[in-house]
Amino acid sequence: MLVATPLASIVSASVSKFGVREGLYTRELFAEAAKEAFDQCPNLEPKRDIQALFVGMMSESYEHQAHIAPLLLDWIGLLPNPAFRTEGACASSSVALRTALFAIASRMYDIVLVGGVEKMTHLSTTGVTEILAMASDFPFEQWHGISFPGIFGMMAVDHMHKYGTTEEQLAKVAVKNHEHGLLNPKAHFQKRITVQDVLSSQPVAWPLKLYDCCPRSDGASCIVLTSPKLARKFTDTPINIIGSGQAQDTLGLFQRDDFSTMSVTKLAAEKAYKMANVSPKDIDVAELHDCFTIAEIIAYEDLGFCEVGRGGQLIDEGATYIGGRIPANTSGGLKAKGHPVGATGVAQACEIYLQLTNQAGKRQVSGAEVGLTENVGGSASTGVVHIYERGD
Amino acid sequence: MPLVTPEEKKTNFILDATGAIIPNVENFYKFCAERKLMGVKCKCCGSVISPPRALCPKCFTSSLAWTELKGQGKLLTFTVIHFPSSQFQALAPYAVGIVKLDDGPHLPGMIKNVKLEDLRIGMSLQVDFETALPKEWPRWPRYFFKPAA
Repeated sequence: MLVATPLASIVSASVSKFGVREGLYTRELFAEAAKEAFDQCPNLEPKRDIQALFVGMMSESYEHQAHIAPLLLDWIGLLPNPAFRTEGACASSSVALRTALFAIASRMYDIVLVGGVEKMTHLSTTGVTEILAMASDFPFEQWHGISFPGIFGMMAVDHMHKYGTTEEQLAKVAVKNHEHGLLNPKAHFQKRITVQDVLSSQPVAWPLKLYDCCPRSDGASCIVLTSPKLARKFTDTPINIIGSGQAQDTLGLFQRDDFSTMSVTKLAAEKAYKMANVSPKDIDVAELHDCFTIAEIIAYEDLGFCEVGRGGQLIDEGATYIGGRIPANTSGGLKAKGHPVGATGVAQACEIYLQLTNQAGKRQVSGAEVGLTENVGGSASTGVVHIYERGD
Repeated sequence: MPLVTPEEKKTNFILDATGAIIPNVENFYKFCAERKLMGVKCKCCGSVISPPRALCPKCFTSSLAWTELKGQGKLLTFTVIHFPSSQFQALAPYAVGIVKLDDGPHLPGMIKNVKLEDLRIGMSLQVDFETALPKEWPRWPRYFFKPAA
């Protein structure tokens, strides 16, 4: 259908079960995801074929474990290949995916493993809040008691003030993503919620309440990425990555002129759309970074799914439900699928892989041919957008 | 020339080889200990930059001079934090926001001396300073904002 040259092809993809995985740490979670990705690809002999690992993880503080790349590689039996860890806060594994694209484009490697992982639930909410906050500006945000929900709360207040977005509209994002999560057996939550549940949940950072916030989760994600010309050796239904964009913004939210947009998403999307030769209306299914409900509303606008300021109306119309004009977060999103932060970017790619290969089961978007992932790190200081297309 | 010379300093500022107070975060907070909210002014483009840094992000020059900010401004956005990190738990719920200073820069900080329900975008705020200095790194006295008199 499209004329873009693929950058690389996904030939297998899997996520571990997301959620509270008591007693399981990053090595075991990552091995769970990798094993399933290997098992789904019978023509792949990992020891023979895989040349390198690119893995995203946010923080060594969660389980007191740095130098994660060789550890994960060892636990999936792929020593002594080179392994690379990337860090871009909540976008860590999308940065890993881009790094892997560079590796394939350079012809240094042509079959690699890309993944992400995080172990979070063994710590208290306060402990996780403190580690997540490390991705904000220490002397001017953390030092003044500004948490991550606080940063997104300030974005929400600005969006509500400028565009009249309501707390009910924010709540509807969480309700939708929980509806989708009901259809995903690997999601952290399989629980229906109502707008009233969200509105009456505990305040976290006004106007954000507990059900506007994604949970802390344990989980891992993994894809096998090859050069486009090798993909057919491993599968009849490769998914091609046809667009990739990344941009950065100030670490501190306060240093920007506009708090109701994410410039990184806009810029990354612009690059990815151009590379893929598609426009927002060509996207059949999207995985968006709904760390807080406001972030999904802003993503609709920055990705061009609706006009600036109209994100609230898009959720009112139900356009982003499965069956709607532009289904978003069919996996349940970060809100219901869960957000083991380092795993999230590649987990989004895994969901698009399932959708485009028609393997998404009860949450399948019928006829999906082109997909998009949008993943941001910190207060959207890192933004990565990828566009995918069926390769058959 | 820096506006504040080493001779005038009351605090142990971080200096460069010429004895000038270097434009950085540590010195910003050392000025806060003297109840001064400071930025740097770019001698090329005139931008007032705070937090101070070594390079003007607009024109990449390091030709910057310290300048004291009036510390008055308008609230651009805010939130009320209910689940803070451990060191702020005794204060919760508390307000934080981003202030557009009349001097130019934006700074975030806590908003004190205000009822949470009275917070409004656009309200006039004034900087003030905590007196307590932490015993260990980072020994940074916090500035905060309060409604303008």
